[in-house]
Amino acid sequence: MEFLSYLISGISLGSVYAIIALGYTMVYGIAKMLNFAHGDVIMVGGYISFCAMSYLDLPWPIAVLLAMLVCTVLGVVIEGLAYKPLRQATSLAVLITAIGVSYFLQNAALLIFGATPKVYTPIISGTLKLFGGQLSISYVSLVTIAACIVIMIALTLFTDKTKMGKAMRACSEDKGAAQLMGINVNGTISLTFAIGSALAAVAGVLLCSSYPTLMNTTGSMPGIKAFTAAVFGGIGSIPGAFLGGILLGIIESLAKAYISTQLANSIVFGVLIVILLVRPAGLLGKYVPEKV
Amino acid sequence: MLKVNNINVYYGSIHAVKDVSFEVHQGEVVTLIGANGAGKSTILQTVSGLLRSKTGSIEFLGEQLDGVPAHKVVNKGLAHVPEGRRVFLQMTVEENLEMGAYTRPSIEIADGIADVYERFPRLKERRKQIAGTLSGGEQQMLAMGRALMSKPQLLMLDEPSMGLAPLLIEQIFAIIKELHEAGTTILLVEQNAQMALSVADRGYVLETGRIVTTGAGAELLNDDAVKKAYLGA
Repeated sequence: MEFLSYLISGISLGSVYAIIALGYTMVYGIAKMLNFAHGDVIMVGGYISFCAMSYLDLPWPIAVLLAMLVCTVLGVVIEGLAYKPLRQATSLAVLITAIGVSYFLQNAALLIFGATPKVYTPIISGTLKLFGGQLSISYVSLVTIAACIVIMIALTLFTDKTKMGKAMRACSEDKGAAQLMGINVNGTISLTFAIGSALAAVAGVLLCSSYPTLMNTTGSMPGIKAFTAAVFGGIGSIPGAFLGGILLGIIESLAKAYISTQLANSIVFGVLIVILLVRPAGLLGKYVPEKV
Repeated sequence: MLKVNNINVYYGSIHAVKDVSFEVHQGEVVTLIGANGAGKSTILQTVSGLLRSKTGSIEFLGEQLDGVPAHKVVNKGLAHVPEGRRVFLQMTVEENLEMGAYTRPSIEIADGIADVYERFPRLKERRKQIAGTLSGGEQQMLAMGRALMSKPQLLMLDEPSMGLAPLLIEQIFAIIKELHEAGTTILLVEQNAQMALSVADRGYVLETGRIVTTGAGAELLNDDAVKKAYLGA
């Protein structure tokens, strides 16, 4: 029973990682860049929803929508101002820019909200008791898992069935050929950032609801772990981000419970190293047979 | 139909295309032939907006194309089958064709796909297959079918014979002839000068970025200089 409880909290944590990892992996897939500022968009989503609920007394669904809206705009603006001018630059220049954007967001938040952590009110409180109270699961965990599943299904349908989604896949494979088809590559990249950032806002709300301390660095560790999850699952692959996120969450939760709280992070990153040694493309990383 | 007037294209400090002018008229098959590195592909990429010329102009159906972003060119009726085919390897055959019709109204897509399958029955057999698993010849057919999905006025083919076995080259050129007979205007870039000139109404011979000779297809086929340089005779 204890094990089941750890497992569920791992899946819940993993769901947050998966939602963040989707943003990393989609942006990588199309822009071939690691957007290290992605984690900090989560933090912004957390603050926006926090302000909406605590200062403006808005109901949580409105707060979530507001956070998504602000983060979407933020993501598109970051892409347009910081990354778009570097489209022809080396990947190292883009990477350093992304790190710069990350620090910019963290310090801007520090300036606006101060260094004292805010106590985030979870969007849903209470726990579900099962087996005569032996197993208790917080509603936040259930909502998080459900949100992750819904997002996963919606994104899969979007990329497989819709014209925009297919255009996105075409761009991620060959931008030149996509342009020859009439696809606006810059527009598609902006759309990808918009979707990724909206998801980051959702992740921010869910993360802060489970771990209610909100400060300017709240997004960085989950961001790095979600990046790990994306690589673990196979960067560029949407199902890979999902699988990598969930597995990472479970490993972290079980390691904390049965091995050591202090060592949990080391174990998580250790698993990543082992997986990459055995399968360098990640769990679901694509091998494309190419005939010439 | 297409009027390219005095274009100059550079890759950094390399002057790849020098003062090139040529024309393609409605219903013609025109070929640009030349050795590897002569600037043929560069010219096509400039026409479709992937590269820019520093000088001159490109006029298509009476409209200026220079400065038009690449993704808006196809909507003007100009389709480009790039060198190396560049089909979307991770997408199915049918999805590739849908991408070809990206700028078309979605109600026309089913008809367009049916037309392509009629011309390339092999693609119909493989419709649900991932393009990366097709053979080189099938990928070339897919690339051509994908371009035809946009219902182009002018089809630009870049080295359709590249890397294919002789039998497949014959097939691809038979298709080019069929398309021509059906009224499609074609601008064909080839290293395989003999094949290209045999289907072309007119040809331009390129050498290190410059047009050196021009004439009717059959004429160039018998031109001594061309024979010597490109046909190994």
